[in-house]
Amino acid sequence: MPTIDPPHSTAPLATGRLLRRRHHRLVSPGQVGFGLINYALFGLFALLCAYPFYYLIINSLSANDLSALGQVRLWPQGLHWDNYAEIFQLRGLSLAAVVSVLRTVIGTAATVLASAFLGFMFTQEKMWHRKLWYRLMIFTMYFNAGLIPMFITMKNLHLTNSFWVYILPAIVQPFNIILVKTYIESMPASLQEAAEVDGASTLQIFFRVILPNTTPILATVAIFSAVGQWNSFQDTLIYITDQKLYSLQYILYTYINQASSLAEAAQQAGGNLASVASAATKQTATSVRMTVAVVVVAPIIFVYPIFQRFFVKGIMLGAVKG
Amino acid sequence: MVKAQRPSAAKRRESLRLFLYIVPFLALIFLFSYFPLYGWIYSFFDYKPALGLARSEFVGLQWFRLLVYSPAQLTQILQVLANTLGMSFIGIATSILPVAFALFLNEIKAKPFKNLIQTLTTLPNFISWVLVYMIAFSIFSSTGLVNSALSDWGFISTPIKFLDSDSYTWLKMAAWGVWKGVGWGAIMYLAAIASIDPTLYESARVDGAKRFQIMRHITLPHLIPTYLVLLMLSVANLLNNGMEQYYVFKNAFNLEHIQVLDLYVFTIGIGGGSLSMATVISMLKSIISVALLVAVNWLSRRLRGSSII
Repeated sequence: MPTIDPPHSTAPLATGRLLRRRHHRLVSPGQVGFGLINYALFGLFALLCAYPFYYLIINSLSANDLSALGQVRLWPQGLHWDNYAEIFQLRGLSLAAVVSVLRTVIGTAATVLASAFLGFMFTQEKMWHRKLWYRLMIFTMYFNAGLIPMFITMKNLHLTNSFWVYILPAIVQPFNIILVKTYIESMPASLQEAAEVDGASTLQIFFRVILPNTTPILATVAIFSAVGQWNSFQDTLIYITDQKLYSLQYILYTYINQASSLAEAAQQAGGNLASVASAATKQTATSVRMTVAVVVVAPIIFVYPIFQRFFVKGIMLGAVKG
Repeated sequence: MVKAQRPSAAKRRESLRLFLYIVPFLALIFLFSYFPLYGWIYSFFDYKPALGLARSEFVGLQWFRLLVYSPAQLTQILQVLANTLGMSFIGIATSILPVAFALFLNEIKAKPFKNLIQTLTTLPNFISWVLVYMIAFSIFSSTGLVNSALSDWGFISTPIKFLDSDSYTWLKMAAWGVWKGVGWGAIMYLAAIASIDPTLYESARVDGAKRFQIMRHITLPHLIPTYLVLLMLSVANLLNNGMEQYYVFKNAFNLEHIQVLDLYVFTIGIGGGSLSMATVISMLKSIISVALLVAVNWLSRRLRGSSII
């Protein structure tokens, strides 16, 4: 990384010092201005990215009559935690939270295990027609049949209005499998050979040698898959009409729109939100929305800074491949 | 003879055994990726779900003809195509922003500040479009942050309709795309920068190169290869904008300019029940997309000597 030397830098050689000093003079007036503007612009953009999250949080904690009018802008006003206690009494919301958590946990576990196993199996050169199967899998990354054929397929498989529509199609993810396969190929082959000499079976090798030694890449796969499952909205929209299977994302979407247009609000008059809002006078459409939004985004906000390096590693490995 | 045959039979058994392990997963691949292709034949039928395919009427190329010859259908599909391509091209135009982002972020030397910027600006990439819409709604609706602040400060007397209007729909969608994606998009370029040989910078500075000259002649050229690969991929994806963003942002006011192909297929297929017509459109889209990908890949091999897929 190039760094600008501070003016009091003690260069060992006179020529070096001379060069650096000349360099420093070039840095001075215009460069300082550039630096300031650069810092300011990035600071501003970062604020633009972060403030909306902060805005949701302070509004969910503020007096509901003020938040409904957009009066809560910089810090919470009339701080209270009632909204969080009350939204989970909304019919459907707790269930949606359970559905979202379940699909995230089961879906991630299934994807990680399948990616690890297939990534491992596709390194087994002795496998019958290994390359053919591998190519058949890779090829699926570049086309899809389209929304309607998928819908009809799911219907024929009795997966519409089924929890498993969230899990089964997500199990085999070619991209994740490439990541794991590449990782295993970079491991010393002696690991597997030693286990084979000891008489370990394929499954034993997978569970005792491969799984423990691929945790860094599996963590990356897990994080991406968990975020994908948690954020998924479209599959509920297309395949699910049974309210018991709605995900949090879908519920949030219906809440935003319930009050955003009169027609839809009228349609939903008998629905969850309207009855609760009139019963508990304190709640407004805004307070419900803001609070649900915070519940939906909170896992991401907590998880992301901790696992940032895994995300970054994931995109790097992808870039190497691409 | 017997000796020579036995190991090969054992080998064969072993290779089949290994294959059996992946059969369940191959079944999933077949079921969810290849088997649905069979659904393309719905485009040659007047498919009614209640009747099933067997009793639906075979209509040959009727839907394809309708697509081109029915004036009402044609105007609609042309508008949808214009939206699709318009927003895709704006998306391609904004794809230089992550390059600029990385280029200028690299000029910030205070490590903690740089890390903070990266963490905050990549966060929006990890939230769903539903949440982006929620944010848009809470900030830009008629009782949202912007309108309430503007009216408190006396700039406006009636709320500005940011969301319930069809003005600058394409640009608004692109802006949300940039907000969500630019920080994350820059990460690959920042990695490319990190891999540049430091001696290049040293010698440039010894030669008296200024900051902008270094950025222009050393950093930027190292980002071009990555940029070209991503550019070609986005050309291959011209027709695939996805529907989620447009679905959550759509309303009665902006429908005309927000409806992209993916959303249109959903609207007429799942929403309107024209399953056959929707299949025709998504089938054509899939075929054109694969053709574009092959073309772009061929171009990449000619120009760069390596393929992108």
